[in-house]
Parts: sequence; C-alpha cells; structure tokens
Amino acid sequence: MTAAAPTRTLVIEREMPHPPEKIWRALTQGALIEEWLMKNDFQPVVGHRFSFRATPVPNWDGVIESEVLAIEPHSRLSYSWGTMGMVSVVTWTLTPTRGGTHLRMEQTGFPSEESASYKGATYGWTKFIGNMERVAGGLE
Amino acid sequence: MLAATENVFKALADPTRRAIFEHLSRNGEQTVHALTARAGVSQPAVSKHLSVLKLARLVRDRRDGRETHYRAHPQALAPLVDWMSVYGKFWRDGFDRLEKLLQRMDP
Repeated sequence: MTAAAPTRTLVIEREMPHPPEKIWRALTQGALIEEWLMKNDFQPVVGHRFSFRATPVPNWDGVIESEVLAIEPHSRLSYSWGTMGMVSVVTWTLTPTRGGTHLRMEQTGFPSEESASYKGATYGWTKFIGNMERVAGGLE
Repeated sequence: MLAATENVFKALADPTRRAIFEHLSRNGEQTVHALTARAGVSQPAVSKHLSVLKLARLVRDRRDGRETHYRAHPQALAPLVDWMSVYGKFWRDGFDRLEKLLQRMDP
C-alpha cells in the first residue's frame, strides 16, 4: 500500500426538519449517540480517543477505534473510524436551512484500487462475497 | 495492496479452498485433522490448500503439540469487500434511526 493510494468517498445527505443545535446534540452526546448508532465513550474534544462498540460477531470484535479530529459546534464534526484493518474518516456537516438542517455525512478513505474491476464478469462470487460481508462487516 | 488482492483472489478461486475458508469463518479454529475429515480430500491436499490460504493471509495457524490449528483472518478480505455498499446501507439505516430519535427528543 502506498501513501498515494487513491481512496473513495461515501456521501449521505438528508434534509431534517430540526435545528442544527438539536441535531448536534444527537451527534455529540454519548447517550444520544448510543440511541441511534452504537455504545461509545465519545467526548466532544479534539484529540480524544474513543471507541464505538457493536455486538461482536464471529471474527469481528465489534470495536471501532476512533479519534476526534475536528469540532466546530453546531456545524462540523469529524472523527476517524478504524476497524477490520481499515481506517477511514467520518465528517458530519450541518447547514441551517429554512425548514431545519441539511445534514451531510462523508466517509472517506475506502480502498479504491482495481478490486472493483475483478468483480462481476470473471468470478461468480456474489453469494460468497455477500456471506463474507456479513462476517467481515458485521455492523449491525 | 494490489499484490495482496491478487493473492486473495487466487487463493479463493479454488472451490475447495473457498469451502475451507468459509468453514473456518463460520466455525472458528479447527485442526488440520478436523478439516480433512470434512473436506473429502487427502490431508496433504488440505495442508497444501491451507498453505495457499496462509500466503494470502486469509488464515493463521498455531502449533499445539503435534496438531496445527487454523483460524480465518477475514481482515484479508478487505480489498474484496465492497465497503462503499456495506457502509452505504449502514449509514442510511443510521440516518433513519437518527431521524426517529430527533422526533422523540426535546426541541
């Protein structure tokens, strides 16, 4: 793996009829984060190391190791997301709108090398890979 | 990363090796004897398959007396798994739960 390895980014955006301050609480208060995401020991402090903990499954301990990378109250939150030997970065952006908030989640750092081009045509592995995603992903 | 991906694909291109790897992923650590008993091929053949899987880092081994135990190391699958679609579903479900939580929260 080289430092220049290109990566891919996942973006999910949604309009929410709630003010940024309220959404910010759900994104930054440990007990509230647990209600919609996972158990955690998050603290809204840059440099704070913490973990998310899901229910372990065979071959995955359910732990996501993270560090707070950026905090701008009510507008931007970023933390690293390390699990299964892969580290990515999750960034939340809150933009006030007329009716509430535009919430954007960006996760970046996915390997983007040629593995995608192997898929499909040559190997009939869909089922196998589906099974492995459940083992390797085990995210729920 | 590319070389690692190729090793993983080569190792899993063989249906017997794929079956051994899936079996270890589901059932945890197994001895070579136990794997041979269900693989339907000879022990030397199973050992050879295991060494290919090991080269691709898909399995790890541990000696215990005269027995060698193997276990799956599914992290080696990372180059293969479509993380974008795995996490796409994960976060969309998360957004759904977040919206439900926001409806319950005080303003």
